Amino acid sequence: MLLIDCPYCGPRAEIEFAYGGEAHIARPAADVSEAEWAAFLYLRDNTKGVLAERWRHSHGCGRFFNALRDTRTDRFHAFYEIGTPRPDVGDAA
Amino acid sequence: MQKFSAFSLARQAVGRHLGWRPQWRSAAPKPSYDIIIVGGGGHGLGAAYYLAKQHGLRNIAVVERGWLAGGNTARNTTIIRSNYLFEQSSSYYEHALKLWEGLSEELNYNVMFSQRGCLMVAHTVHDVQVFKRHVYANRLNGIDNEWLTPEETKAFCPPLNISPNIRYPVLGAALQRRAGTARHDAVAWGFARAASDLGVDIIENCEVTGIDRDPSGKVTGVQTTRGPIRAGKIGVSAAGHSSVVLAMAGIRLPLQVNPLQALVSEPVKPAFPCVVMSNTIHAYISQSDKGEMVIGAGTDSYVSYTQRGGLHIPAHTLEAICELVPDFRRLRMLRSWGGITDNTPDRSPITAKTSVPGLYVNCGWGTGGFKATPGAANLFAWTIARDEPHPINAPFTIERFRDGTLIDEAAAAAVAH
Repeated sequence: MLLIDCPYCGPRAEIEFAYGGEAHIARPAADVSEAEWAAFLYLRDNTKGVLAERWRHSHGCGRFFNALRDTRTDRFHAFYEIGTPRPDVGDAA
Repeated sequence: MQKFSAFSLARQAVGRHLGWRPQWRSAAPKPSYDIIIVGGGGHGLGAAYYLAKQHGLRNIAVVERGWLAGGNTARNTTIIRSNYLFEQSSSYYEHALKLWEGLSEELNYNVMFSQRGCLMVAHTVHDVQVFKRHVYANRLNGIDNEWLTPEETKAFCPPLNISPNIRYPVLGAALQRRAGTARHDAVAWGFARAASDLGVDIIENCEVTGIDRDPSGKVTGVQTTRGPIRAGKIGVSAAGHSSVVLAMAGIRLPLQVNPLQALVSEPVKPAFPCVVMSNTIHAYISQSDKGEMVIGAGTDSYVSYTQRGGLHIPAHTLEAICELVPDFRRLRMLRSWGGITDNTPDRSPITAKTSVPGLYVNCGWGTGGFKATPGAANLFAWTIARDEPHPINAPFTIERFRDGTLIDEAAAAAVAH
């Protein structure tokens, strides 16, 4: 089980959280093409390496936040608030 | 190729079994092939076999990053069934099931396909409604599926506890009698042996690191850890690593990989006569021919390539199973492991051409690709050989996500995936 460090509540067990998928996916403007809209809805990088992802502390404070986790090791490298830029952790493992 | 038969077995017995030879050739990469299949699991090896067998192509290689069938082919719980809701899905899985029924004979290799029946157990009123809808839809499509009351369920699978007082009571079950299991390794070995016999090169420890294309965009070959290999067409059948391989050609896929865990018990005498599945508690149970209870658990929620997951996932499944099958409470579990499943948003696969000429993909099988092995291989071979999909896999494109023609088995299964 992952140990997740909620920026608002501190470290808690994974079962308190809901996964929110890849982070930093901006909703496009309403007049985009079908292909761009489909890309927003469905296409994902599915990164093998450092992935920026969203978590929600659904059984805690209820707030969304972002995390950087290496999907090759499941090790977390950063937790940061929604709206702040992605920290640079290099090619972490 | 040495044929397997009662006669060959007797003859080898006379020779004290010293005359058996390796079942397939271990090949080194040639400079060029007509077709390269990326991924030496059941789907990839099968595609190579059908390309050679049904489409008359001979200059084919299967390149595999690790060893043959070491990924999800070796890690699944071997359940085979075709009782999916939508007719696009059920015709695809039924195509596979029909091939399973003749596969041992076709390959002259015993894949131990055992049609012992699969019960999909309902625990809630919602489950009952969903499974009955599946039963009716399947029967309209000519696929066997029937509804059993709790008592009929118990008669078909006596170890089940049908007490109404347990946490997940059995309110009935959908039974597909033609469903069952097969020996996962034998499927890969059988396809490898038959493909190799038809001239297919099977190249292990050969990781694809790049996809080469000419100025028009068409593929010309692959870069690998064993050097560059030229190819006219490339078929990617890389399961959990499909996104990684296709990114080399600039293609993003509607995929997310999640860990899926399974475990086996110590082996015991025959005690569990069929396959039992429960979508609600994410439990998948059957007994292998060795005697182990093979148990599949649910998926972890997050993207991961680690081939392992959290212990709370199988713990949840085992807690429910111990109440559902009380005999299992004193079983010790021997081994647990994880695989990485490539899931599409609608939980239906992709077997299709890509936007890059000469590049084809068979992926998105998620948590249920083993059952489709011969069918997916057969139709992927068709798609590559003819540069167009077979009518059965024509709906399973990448473009369905743009066009809104989803095949939404995720919603049909009515499970929180």
